[in-house]
Amino acid sequence: MVASTTPRPGARRASGSPEGGPPRSGGGPGRVAALIPVRLRRLGLPYLLILPAIVLELLIHVVPMLVGIWMSFLKLTQFFIRNWSAAPSAGLANYEIAVDFDSAVGGSLLRSFTVTVAFTVLAVGLCWLLGTAAAVLMQGGFRGRGVLRTLFLTPYALPAYAGVITWSFMFQRDSGLVNHILVEQSGLLDERPFWLIGGNSFAALLVTYVWRVWPFAFLVLMAGVQNISGDLYEASAIDGAGWWRQLRSITLPMLRPVNQVVVLVLFLWTFNDFNTPYVLFGRSAPQEADLISIHIYQSSFVTWNFGSGAAMSVLLLLFLLLVTAVYLVATSHRRTRA
Amino acid sequence: MREPRWLPWARWIVLGFLSLFTLLPLYVMATTSIKPLGDVQGDFHWIPTTISLQPFADIWRTVPLAHYFANSLIVASVAAVASVTIAIFAAYAISRYRFPGRRIFSVTVLSTQMFPGILFLLPLFMIFVNLGNTIGVELYGSRTGLIITYLTFSLPFSIWMLVGYFDSIPTALDEAAQVDGSGPVGALLRVVIPAAMPGIVAVTIYAFMTAWAEVLFASVMTDESTRTLAVGLQGYSTQNDVYWNQLMAASLVVSVPVVAGFLLLQRYLVQGLTAGAVK
Repeated sequence: MVASTTPRPGARRASGSPEGGPPRSGGGPGRVAALIPVRLRRLGLPYLLILPAIVLELLIHVVPMLVGIWMSFLKLTQFFIRNWSAAPSAGLANYEIAVDFDSAVGGSLLRSFTVTVAFTVLAVGLCWLLGTAAAVLMQGGFRGRGVLRTLFLTPYALPAYAGVITWSFMFQRDSGLVNHILVEQSGLLDERPFWLIGGNSFAALLVTYVWRVWPFAFLVLMAGVQNISGDLYEASAIDGAGWWRQLRSITLPMLRPVNQVVVLVLFLWTFNDFNTPYVLFGRSAPQEADLISIHIYQSSFVTWNFGSGAAMSVLLLLFLLLVTAVYLVATSHRRTRA
Repeated sequence: MREPRWLPWARWIVLGFLSLFTLLPLYVMATTSIKPLGDVQGDFHWIPTTISLQPFADIWRTVPLAHYFANSLIVASVAAVASVTIAIFAAYAISRYRFPGRRIFSVTVLSTQMFPGILFLLPLFMIFVNLGNTIGVELYGSRTGLIITYLTFSLPFSIWMLVGYFDSIPTALDEAAQVDGSGPVGALLRVVIPAAMPGIVAVTIYAFMTAWAEVLFASVMTDESTRTLAVGLQGYSTQNDVYWNQLMAASLVVSVPVVAGFLLLQRYLVQGLTAGAVK
């Protein structure tokens, strides 16, 4: 998905293959001596070009990740934040507390993890379903298609906080639109429920998140649908296939590689989502909507126990790596078999 | 394609529902921003009874919005331009050269995008704080710290998207430039970048949007003087009251630059965002 492995003609020259001709800017065949530094320069050039990107990725992602792993073995409480070299080793204590589900810390981590799994499954499922439905139904031209596409993409373009703040206003108990519709206009409910605290907060979080993220699934799937050759549909129509049959036998199978990427990306984004609960609920998310990122954030910055927070982050990373690996193996296997 | 008779109905029902779902918050945001405070504290009204542009004047006074706006603008612009510049070079290397480590580089860079921000947040916070303590480089609470962090967030996607654009430019073009005496970098500057300009602009906008909308790091890494919009908007809710009308007006104002940019360059952005996934 990142890099196709088929060589392109322009690339061969730099691959250093012995039979590759001399670089053209190096001059004629007679100037052999001048060739070597040019060729060396050519070999080094791609590395020079990616160097800034590598340095930054190392500084901001790789080094902090390693530091994070180190921190997770330290007793890094508020007394050592400004001078962490003095923090005593904690051994595996931070991990033991995190996975001791009978303790307060471990118990709440497990609950947050369960909530996050449920949230991720539902949110990814809904985003994918809405995205696929819209992409398939917008296949083929009709009037207003461009306008609809722009409209659907707007929540994705909006800064996350602007959209989520609006939802948090809509979910207000006394002045919000949701209760206005449910209680006053339709009479479905007699009492105004709270949406941002208690059990309903999970639903509020889910609706807000799906509103914000389904356009991404739509965007990618729409491009996937457009890439399916029209010949396939024509050929199958001649064979008498109806719309459903075409959907099941052409559209969905052809979308499988796109789906593989979309579902994985959605899974990772959703599982790690911080913005939606943070803006929707403020610093203290209700238990029922306590996603793992916000849980780690709170337990780190409220208690200032960074060692424990780092240990939880490492556990989260291991879990994500495991799921991603299993997912890639499982879906790739199915693809090669199919 | 032969369509069954019910399909147009299904299309209108599903797309109609999705349009309503999408529009509802946008409508609430727009109408609430022109209501006086009294009208947003009681029952919700679909149609504003009194229209007032006062919230759009008040937002600048209730919190130092202009200051946050300037912070966000500086941080997001510098991060976007720097990120895209670095991404152009990296993408050119990946698109035009086959070198050992190329695949590992692409996969590693892209995978960092996928890992939880919370994982980097605590260590990065500690590193920034301790750098300030030991060598006196104050990255914590500074715009520079935020800029460096944000530019790495958009870097992987920028590289990915630009590789797609560069791949679509025939290599014959750079070769022609090289025959004319340009080196590879000359070819990049004189041929590839101009040809990929729409893509580069789209990627810059994407990087800008990423930085403009970031909440997690902004909430930890900024102080009062460097606060960005993402955190600054919390200022409209006080202990006793939330100025919903101003909050909606401010949300609208801060959304305009990015939504306008997105809509203008929608076609290129959509192309770029999807090129990688569809490949």
